[in-house]
Amino acid sequence: MRMQTLKDSLFSKKFTITAEICPPKGTDTSDFLGKARLLKDKIAAANVTDNQRAVMRLSSLACSVLLLKEGIDPVFQMTCRDRNRIALQSDIMGAWALGIKNILCLSGDHVSFGDHREAKAVFDLDSVQLVQVISKLNKGTNMKDTALKGGTDFFIGAVVAPEADPWEPEMIKFEKKIEAGAKFFQTQAIYNMDKFYRFYEYAKKFDVKVLGGILLLKSAKMAHFLNNNVPGVTVPKHLIDELENVQDQLEKGIEIAARQVKELKRFCDGAHIMAIGQEESVVRIIEQSTSY
Amino acid sequence: MIITKKKNIETILEYLKDSKNIYLVGCDSCAEQCETGGEREVKAMAELLKREGKHITGFSIPDETCYSMLIKKHFREDNDTVEKTDAFLVLACGAGVKAVADAAGDEKPVFPALDSLYLANVARYGHFFEGCSLCGDCVLGETGGICPHTQCPKGLLNGPCGGMANGKCEVDMKNHCAWATIYRRLKIQGRLDVLKKIAPPKDYSNSVKPRTVVVESRSKK
Repeated sequence: MRMQTLKDSLFSKKFTITAEICPPKGTDTSDFLGKARLLKDKIAAANVTDNQRAVMRLSSLACSVLLLKEGIDPVFQMTCRDRNRIALQSDIMGAWALGIKNILCLSGDHVSFGDHREAKAVFDLDSVQLVQVISKLNKGTNMKDTALKGGTDFFIGAVVAPEADPWEPEMIKFEKKIEAGAKFFQTQAIYNMDKFYRFYEYAKKFDVKVLGGILLLKSAKMAHFLNNNVPGVTVPKHLIDELENVQDQLEKGIEIAARQVKELKRFCDGAHIMAIGQEESVVRIIEQSTSY
Repeated sequence: MIITKKKNIETILEYLKDSKNIYLVGCDSCAEQCETGGEREVKAMAELLKREGKHITGFSIPDETCYSMLIKKHFREDNDTVEKTDAFLVLACGAGVKAVADAAGDEKPVFPALDSLYLANVARYGHFFEGCSLCGDCVLGETGGICPHTQCPKGLLNGPCGGMANGKCEVDMKNHCAWATIYRRLKIQGRLDVLKKIAPPKDYSNSVKPRTVVVESRSKK
């Protein structure tokens, strides 16, 4: 039986849920696969992060292939931070040759956030240009318009920050990504539904699918950490209060995330759930979002 | 203006551990303004090295130490001192070190006392900032005179990354996001259409090293 893909799900018009799984720091993939199996029948696809926060981990390509073997549709994340245009094209074709169908293009967190701060940050291409390059590979040529012996046919995704401030330059970039060939978007973590709704109304004009980014708040401490350390993410005070007023903050975080997913279901194409190491909670978020 | 920064003294002493007779070269141009290689810093280095038991054979602070011909001429004229020197220590940018190394000949070791950082604008005397990275493929015409290759730590060419917050840069929140600034300026100029075009990848074939130039008026000879 053919595996249900992210594309199938999004085009079937049903609310689509994806989640993020972080590759291990090392070669032992047992935990990674354990988390993947937990999520398998609950989500349409799983994102595999590419050395997220510039912390060196097992490759997103290798882990995406491992997910394929488990019957899970991977969203292969590819950043511009660590590879020049030759390596990017080569690895992306490699991913296609190994059966990966979805790719998410990101600039990538700067090396100064990571665990190899002395590294040379590459950024030979940016995310818009990367989308453009993959569109060319999809048409059977490389970025220099040289015909390939076999191209790709990726479902190309990109990211957008609906709460960006200022908003207009982010929307100009969003439109450039669409022009370059992006077909689906997963958003930065959203906590302000009004701002997200404003973005969604704007995005509706375009022929793209949008999955709203839901980042599980594990505790009030984490919410404060996000506000102080993760630019572009703002957790409003009323949510922090909600967390602080209960004993079991993780439970409350799951409830908040489920509420957000439920809210997105009213109008959006889907939700992308990020739980950073708490993949068991993703299952509960999904269950709660359908039940209450 | 080339910005330089002093190396650790431990590094410098390690360089010079096998040399007794040291000649110091500063630079009266950029390094003087950075307070890393002017007369004051060269003299202070001479004193420090003397305390470490070194003999200073001489020092010079050329107007511009990157002028290779000038340094060669100077060393030819003062050949006796060069002969008496075991090693040269240069308090100038890397181009200055290169000029001295070539002038000193193959047998005399030449060491840098500074690290060279970047090409700088001078905000005012003693205050520097980086405005251009000498990439060889200038986009300032499309970006309101603000270089995204330089002002953005990721060198993004098509707009801000997800780390922009309140118009600031995630890598250093003291800095404005290059793209928020570019957007603002092009909007004022009524040129947002320029921003809406996808900027192509940069052409790095212009920056294959090492690069040389002979100006047109000199190339016919």
